[in-house]
Amino acid sequence: MSSSITVFSAKRRLLGTAGAFVLAGALIAGCTSNEPESTDDGDENTAEESGDDGAASGGNANDETGETVTIGFSGPEADHGWLAAINSSALAEADKYDDVELRAAEGTNDASLQIQQVETFINEGVDAIVLLPTDGAALTDIATRAMDAGIPVVNVDREFSSPFAARTTILGDNYGMGVSAGTYACQLIEENNIDDPVIAEIAGIDALPLTQDRSQGFADALDACGEDVDNRVAAEFTVQSGEAVTSNLLQAAPEIDIIWNHDDDQGVGVKAAFDNAGRDEFFFIGGAGSSNAMEWIQQGEMEATVLYPPTQAADGIRLARLLAQGKGMSDLVQVEVPRRIVLNAPVVTADNVDEYMHLGFDS
Amino acid sequence: MTERITPATQAAGRATPPSSDEHRRVEEAAARAGQRESTFARIMASSAGRNMGLVVGLLIIIAIGVITAGDRFATFDNMMTILRYASIIGVVSIGMTFVIAGGGIDLSVGAIVALASVWATTVATQTMAADSHWIVMVFAALAVGAGCGLVNGVLVAYGRMAPFIVTLAMLAAARGLAEIISQRRTQIVDVRDFLSFFGGSVLGVPVLVIIFALVAAAGWVLLNRTTFGRRTLAVGGNSEAARLAGIKVQRHTMMLFVLLGVACGIAAVMLMVRTTTGTSTHGLLLELDAIAAVVIGGTLLSGGRGTIVGTVFGVLIFATLTNIFTLNNLDTSTQNVAKGAIIVAAVLLQQRVAARNGGT
Repeated sequence: MSSSITVFSAKRRLLGTAGAFVLAGALIAGCTSNEPESTDDGDENTAEESGDDGAASGGNANDETGETVTIGFSGPEADHGWLAAINSSALAEADKYDDVELRAAEGTNDASLQIQQVETFINEGVDAIVLLPTDGAALTDIATRAMDAGIPVVNVDREFSSPFAARTTILGDNYGMGVSAGTYACQLIEENNIDDPVIAEIAGIDALPLTQDRSQGFADALDACGEDVDNRVAAEFTVQSGEAVTSNLLQAAPEIDIIWNHDDDQGVGVKAAFDNAGRDEFFFIGGAGSSNAMEWIQQGEMEATVLYPPTQAADGIRLARLLAQGKGMSDLVQVEVPRRIVLNAPVVTADNVDEYMHLGFDS
Repeated sequence: MTERITPATQAAGRATPPSSDEHRRVEEAAARAGQRESTFARIMASSAGRNMGLVVGLLIIIAIGVITAGDRFATFDNMMTILRYASIIGVVSIGMTFVIAGGGIDLSVGAIVALASVWATTVATQTMAADSHWIVMVFAALAVGAGCGLVNGVLVAYGRMAPFIVTLAMLAAARGLAEIISQRRTQIVDVRDFLSFFGGSVLGVPVLVIIFALVAAAGWVLLNRTTFGRRTLAVGGNSEAARLAGIKVQRHTMMLFVLLGVACGIAAVMLMVRTTTGTSTHGLLLELDAIAAVVIGGTLLSGGRGTIVGTVFGVLIFATLTNIFTLNNLDTSTQNVAKGAIIVAAVLLQQRVAARNGGT
């Protein structure tokens, strides 16, 4: 995926499946969660399927092939499951449109390299740019230059520091994730009549604003039901760090009622630490929504996980296409694509896990 | 850090092949030159003396643990939690002690651990292990570790490249390869026998901790009681003198990296047990933890002096600190500040005590 991806293989499959999906979409139109059961053809296609579903639900005039547009896409290196899903679902989404020619730059965690990639997009004169910055502030300047050059920029997930750097921003709701987890924790406390509950939190990398937002949301939601976090540790989004901090956490708190782990990637290690210590007296709530986590929920080994959608960049591609073609979002009366879209952070539990299973990413 | 061989020294080395008695004497002299200590005193008194600062440091930290979180800190369970956590960094640090004492450095250990863990948990390896024996997975991890170490060693010793650069390249390449093989997925270990063997405990002591103890003991004997260890210090202290003494410096340097590679393979197995996974994100920044533990322990970063006991203490200090931080529910930023301060304090304390005891 180093230089460019053009639409090729998807065409035939599209004609078949898209037709079926449009039909399915029509049948269940009106439902808010309308994920048709799709056949699982290999573990690599989870993200793609979710995109397919999106195509079904949005089966409208906007999906008809229009003027061919070139979209530049640059994101961070896919060094963990969630980012890998971000990238693959974005590529898959672009693949589905005959009128989208995608220039996908190689994922990188080096801000200066990413700036150079965006410069290349500007020089090439692409019609729109979808950018998931390694660091929002570092990419703001180059994104502003792209905007000045008349290229609409869709900012995904990590926000620029200036409102002039992006035409549209689409992002998950980190604070909302914390609120969802905290509210759900409050609900568990009430339903189970837990007196003086011990609540533990396993955060991700503490230096990141997203971690701070999640923790703040969690604390605020708990505060609303008169609770607070008793023990808090921070891991590094990796399995190893998750295991390490959790084994110490379990020593710090001999009895825990509720644990919220910010990230399901590190959650594999968190779970291993639970198993190593033989501890399961608590309600285990996760974050992000990996396939592992959803399977644990199905098997009753995990209480819930709070979704942080890995399809944001795919939505970014769609928005970029609409912007480049001068279309709006057909479900809105407003003729233009909105400036800012914040995705919801729903709680996935045993009751609704089947609806969300297809969004789970492989960590 | 091999030095360039000048034709003159090469000739000198060849021209006077020392007799075996003389050989040994010169070799020891070279070892001493690197180490500036008498042989016997090094092992017993001075080694203890040099480590006294670390012992005091660890005792202070333990005292803080008992005072601040006594009921939860001073339990057998918690001690084992600390030791289990220490065991993985510990095994790598033991290997690192040899490379650093031998005048090298290895930045690629974390990446090698990741690659070994991924290679040992691929579907192919696990299927083979399930069909035959879980030992296949262990061999796979050790072989990958040794292989990476060999590449590092050959490039450093025979390619005459700086260890810093070679292992920096390996850091990138091994983790990249791990990502390619695993497709950036977390590979779950399914072989039950493997997990139950290594995940168990003997007389209450986890197998992982026992492995750490065995590796540490083997490392101590190897460094302090064998020709290999003596040569390591000689090569690290003054590779030119070592060469003149008839030591095959290049081959020895290569062996040191292979040794560390094997240690990384062992650590990978341990990590697979701990986390029940193999992934390309294992061992992130492990190199820094290992180098820090080794240096805090009193091994000279410039080579020529190495202490296994010190390294073990270095690792234990870190692991105990982390545990106490968590028990007291300290936030990450405070932890980092405290960690930095304690590293400096530990090294200062250790130097003072060592100086008073007449050590180096």
